Amino acid sequence: MIKQQLAQFISLPYMARLCARITPYLFFVMLSVIAIGLAWGLYFAPSDYQQGDAFRIIYVHVPSAFLSLMVYSCMAISAALFLIWRIKIADEIARASAPVGALFTFLALVTGSIWGKPMWGTWWIWDARLTSELILLFLFFGYMALRDALPQKIGALASSYLAVIGMINIPIIHFSVIWWNTLHQGPTLSRLSLPTMDSRMLYPLLLMILGFMLYYLLILCLQLQTAMRRS
Amino acid sequence: MIRFSKKHQKRAILIIALLLALSSAVGLTLYALNQNINLFFTPSDLVHQKAPMGQTIRMGGLVVEGSVKRGAHDLSVSFILTDTKNQVTVDYTGILPDLFRENQGIVVLGTWQNNRFLAQEVLAKHDENYMPAEVIEAIKRSDHYENKP
Repeated sequence: MIKQQLAQFISLPYMARLCARITPYLFFVMLSVIAIGLAWGLYFAPSDYQQGDAFRIIYVHVPSAFLSLMVYSCMAISAALFLIWRIKIADEIARASAPVGALFTFLALVTGSIWGKPMWGTWWIWDARLTSELILLFLFFGYMALRDALPQKIGALASSYLAVIGMINIPIIHFSVIWWNTLHQGPTLSRLSLPTMDSRMLYPLLLMILGFMLYYLLILCLQLQTAMRRS
Repeated sequence: MIRFSKKHQKRAILIIALLLALSSAVGLTLYALNQNINLFFTPSDLVHQKAPMGQTIRMGGLVVEGSVKRGAHDLSVSFILTDTKNQVTVDYTGILPDLFRENQGIVVLGTWQNNRFLAQEVLAKHDENYMPAEVIEAIKRSDHYENKP
C-alpha cells in the first residue's frame, strides 16, 4: 500500500501535475522572499565595522556558494538513485540541477572576485577554497557536456556516474578553509557553532539563502513539467 | 516498483566501492600534496628554515601593533608579521589593501633574505566575524571606561 503510493508519488506525470499546481505560488513566494532579503540586507542591515558597505556582497555571495554545494549534493544523490533503481524522475532532477548549480557556482566565484579585489588586494588566488570551487564549476560543465555528447541512454548513465564521483569534491570545498591555510576566511555559518555574525546582519542572509533555495525549487518544477511534455 | 533486489544491491555496492576507491585515492593525493596546498608559510617556518631561502614564497601572519613604518616620500612601508611565536620584518613598496591594519591577518608574496622579507604583493586575510560599526564602538567605549582608573 505504502509502496504503491510511493511509486505513484515518484512517477513523472504525478510530479509534473503537482509542480504545475505549485509553480505560481512558488514564483511569488520566491520573489517576495528575495525582495525582502535584498532590501533588508542591502539597505536596512547595519554596515560592517571593518569593511563598511562592501560587506553587503555577502548577501549574494554566501547564498550562491551555499546553493552551489547544495545543488551539487542534490544532483549527486539523484544520480545515485537513478543508477541504482533507474528512477526516471531522479535522472530528470539531476539533469535540471546542473545548469542551476553552474549558475550559482559562477555567481559565487564572480561575487567573490569583485569583493576580493578591494578587500584582499587580488581578484584571484589559487588557494584551496577558490580552486576547489572552480573545480565544482568544471564538474557541472563536465556533467552537461558528457550528457549531451553521448546518445541519450548512455549519456544519462555516464553523466550520472560523473555526478556521483564528483561528490568527493563537496567535503573538500567545505573543509578546505579548515584543513589548509587559505586566504579565504573560515565559515561564518556552521552547524556546530554559533554564527560569528551579528543577528541584524544574519537574518537577511538566512532569508536570501531561503530565497535562492526557492529559486532552485522553482526551476526544478518548471524543468519537470518540460520533461513531462518531452516524454 | 521500489525494490532492493540482488540487482539493485549489486549496483549500490558498485557505486559505493567506486566512491570509496576514488575518495581514498584523492585523500592520499591531497595528503601527499599537503605542503603545496597550504597557501603560505608561517613566520616560524621561516625562522626555523623550513621555507626555501631566496625563492618566491608566501608568508602569512598578524601585523604586530605599532610596527608599521611608512616612508616619508614614497609608498614604501615596513611592518612585522607574527604567528605569536616568531616575528619577521617585511619591506614593501606599493598600495596596501583596504583591510590592512594592525592585528590584521596578512599574506605577503616575496623572498626571504638576510632575515628580512622583501614583498612584491600584500594581501589582507579577512576573518569570519561580521559586526556593525556601532557595536564595536560600544565595546570600545565600555572597555575605555573600565580601563579608566
